Amino acid sequence: MVAAVVTNSVFGFLRFAVMLAVIETGTRTVVGYDERQLATFVWAGQGLIGVVLLWSLPELAERIRSGDVVTDLLRPIDPVWQLLAADLGRAGYAVLTRFVVPVVVGALVFDLYAPRRPATYALFMCSILLATIVCFSCRYLVNAAAYWLLDVRGPQTAWTLTSGIFGGLNFPVWFFPHAMAIGLIVATPFPSIIQIPLDILVERGSPTVQLGLLGVQAGWVVALLTLCRWVQRRGERKLVIQGG
Amino acid sequence: MTVIEARGLRKEFAVRVKSGWLRRRTRVVAAVDGIALAVERGEMVGYIGPNGAGKSTTLKMLTGVLYPSGGQVRVCGLEPVPQRTRLARRIGVVFGQRSQLWWDLPLRDSFALLRHVYAVPATEHAGRLVHCRRLLDLDAFLDVPVRQLSLGQRMRGELTAALLHGPEVLFLDEPTLGLDVVSKQAVRAFLAALGTTGDTTIVLTTHDLADIERLCRRLVVIDQGRIVHDGSLDDLHARYGSRRRLVVDLDEPLGAELALPGVTVESMQADGRRIIYALDGSTTAGDLVSRLAEVAALRDISVREPAIEDVVARLYTRQVTP
Amino acid sequence: MASSTVLAYRHLVAAQVRSQAQYRASLAVDVTGSVLFGLLDIVSVVMLFRVTPTLGGFGFAEVFLMTALASCAFATADLVVGNVERLRQYVRSGLFDALLVRPLSSLAQLMAMDVATRRVGRVAFGVGVLVLAVAQAPVKLTPVRLALLTVTPIAGAVIFGAVFVATATVAFWWIESGEIANGLTYGGLNFTQYPITIYGALFRRLFAYAVGFAFVAYYPTLVLVDRPDPLGAPAFLGYAAPVVAVMAAVAAGLVWRTGVRHYRSTGS
Repeated sequence: MVAAVVTNSVFGFLRFAVMLAVIETGTRTVVGYDERQLATFVWAGQGLIGVVLLWSLPELAERIRSGDVVTDLLRPIDPVWQLLAADLGRAGYAVLTRFVVPVVVGALVFDLYAPRRPATYALFMCSILLATIVCFSCRYLVNAAAYWLLDVRGPQTAWTLTSGIFGGLNFPVWFFPHAMAIGLIVATPFPSIIQIPLDILVERGSPTVQLGLLGVQAGWVVALLTLCRWVQRRGERKLVIQGG
Repeated sequence: MTVIEARGLRKEFAVRVKSGWLRRRTRVVAAVDGIALAVERGEMVGYIGPNGAGKSTTLKMLTGVLYPSGGQVRVCGLEPVPQRTRLARRIGVVFGQRSQLWWDLPLRDSFALLRHVYAVPATEHAGRLVHCRRLLDLDAFLDVPVRQLSLGQRMRGELTAALLHGPEVLFLDEPTLGLDVVSKQAVRAFLAALGTTGDTTIVLTTHDLADIERLCRRLVVIDQGRIVHDGSLDDLHARYGSRRRLVVDLDEPLGAELALPGVTVESMQADGRRIIYALDGSTTAGDLVSRLAEVAALRDISVREPAIEDVVARLYTRQVTP
Repeated sequence: MASSTVLAYRHLVAAQVRSQAQYRASLAVDVTGSVLFGLLDIVSVVMLFRVTPTLGGFGFAEVFLMTALASCAFATADLVVGNVERLRQYVRSGLFDALLVRPLSSLAQLMAMDVATRRVGRVAFGVGVLVLAVAQAPVKLTPVRLALLTVTPIAGAVIFGAVFVATATVAFWWIESGEIANGLTYGGLNFTQYPITIYGALFRRLFAYAVGFAFVAYYPTLVLVDRPDPLGAPAFLGYAAPVVAVMAAVAAGLVWRTGVRHYRSTGS
């Protein structure tokens, strides 16, 4: 865990360097972010990675491949809920550990934007919760591909790349053409994981906008969890057990 | 010619134990605590011991996978660790739990690949493969991907794979684990036949003592990192006082107890009409039967040989000084 | 003896290709996915330049060339060595022992057996992008520069490959290292895509020079577009990639050997 936090912090510096380079030649704001907001965006974003667990080891996929997953299916609770509960617990713990460190590091070295409206903090916490569930669902679906594909390296890599680029990790989604950005936020789950919580945090827009963003996340939570359960049921039926 | 020599072989692991909130003490655990072993060419040695006794660790040191912490070891005249690749060509290893075959490809392809990995001349390879195919009945599943094979089929494939390069020593780590009865018999028959040729030395670790009875003239028992017995199966029985049993069925219970040297009554059933005697050898079974016939009407008798399981169980659970 | 070893590896690679061809659904997904990945590799740069005319003192054409070089190198490394992080699984399941019992180098076996042939789409795409980048830079092609363009991605691939191997090796000490490895490898790609002028001195020294990332795209680009380094480094560094690659490979090899030694001392 220490190493993960160190890695995240190092990347904070690298990513912020890119943002600084971008803003240097602009007029001190870029697509509506000023320098301090961008700083918060990058550093809180790095902290957020550990909370939502953007990238994780495909353990479920390995269990499916080896056939161990059968023991999970024998329990009385649906595997999706089991795993979600475990993940939420982990995320709660991570908020205190993996989130705090990069933010503190960033705050010590750079000038971060602190939310002006007290309500923002509460909205941000809600948003983190929703983001965690969305990310969990996406990771779950990637792993569940193992029911059909027997080797999830492809979906895994696809997820790693797209979640970063379309989720707002490499750069804010608003760098994309405006219409495309809106499309990404509403029609794909990626921004719900990183971009939306951060946009809420840096107070990009009025409280109404913040609530609207939360609504988008909530919509994705419902859609994805439904999809997860459906995929799980289909997967159970398709179960091909490898190994002796 | 000695193919395996070990003297004072040790393997220690540092185990971190949490003592208190943050601190960790490091405890040194000796998994193998000074082993001396000498195996001659063509021998078939069974290497047994309770779980955690150090069997797998010893095997890993003999095959060059693990560095010893101390002592000397030579296999085929080579030191396993520094000369790992040279030794690898001369030994074959079968891990019961892990497959060395290519999971997604037909079994046949694994054999072909191994020919190249070990640089075996084509004719030699083909000859050995034909031999194994016949003895282990591989033709039925030679073209099936390994991941679809049953455990018994896979194990037969693993055995073949380990032998295709004509190794001088074959190490087997729990090869019959989890196999059904028919597969176990096939594997045992194969290994027994291999053993009789005298060309290959076989070292076998197992929990299945029937393997030992069937295959190994020599038995090495390891417990807590030390060898507690190294000899034949008969030696084991003699040393630990295993006894033959005579089961006697009578028409009527005995009137009086028979007192014969070395004969004890182990149990009585059916109101005394069935008596089980344990003999330690001082009195022969024949004498006992004659004496019984003099004083009672015998209905049926049977002799039970000492079970290896009993001996070994006693060995495992007793503190023994070698 | 040596030629039979090479033959052995060739067969191992061929077997891996056949293995992967077994899963037809996966194959289709991966080949199309590969092109998608190639696209994503360059999306970042394109989007950044939507909001700024220059980055670190360099214009779009130049940074695009850097990205193209970096992505091409990365895709090639991913093809050859990308699956080496499966080491984690091998160690966990004890399969690594099976490799140690064979008369071949364990690292070479790992690489041969896990060649990610399905990623070839990404490499092809990367090469296409590189051609495009060179055309629009524009780069005045001379025989020397042509040679540089061919050698640099390969050298860059070796550098990335060395990083892959070194980060995967951590699995010997610490089995849960997967997340970090992921971050380091993709972070490395990100780092090499942009001009190193944007980074502070500390990071430049650490990643650009120590790990050698600056030699993958930045310095070669300076040579190709005929531009002196704003940081004042001599021009011949643009040709230094192969040397750095060799050093990186040696370093990675040493890390690997240390890792294997550790594994063989402590078991699993």
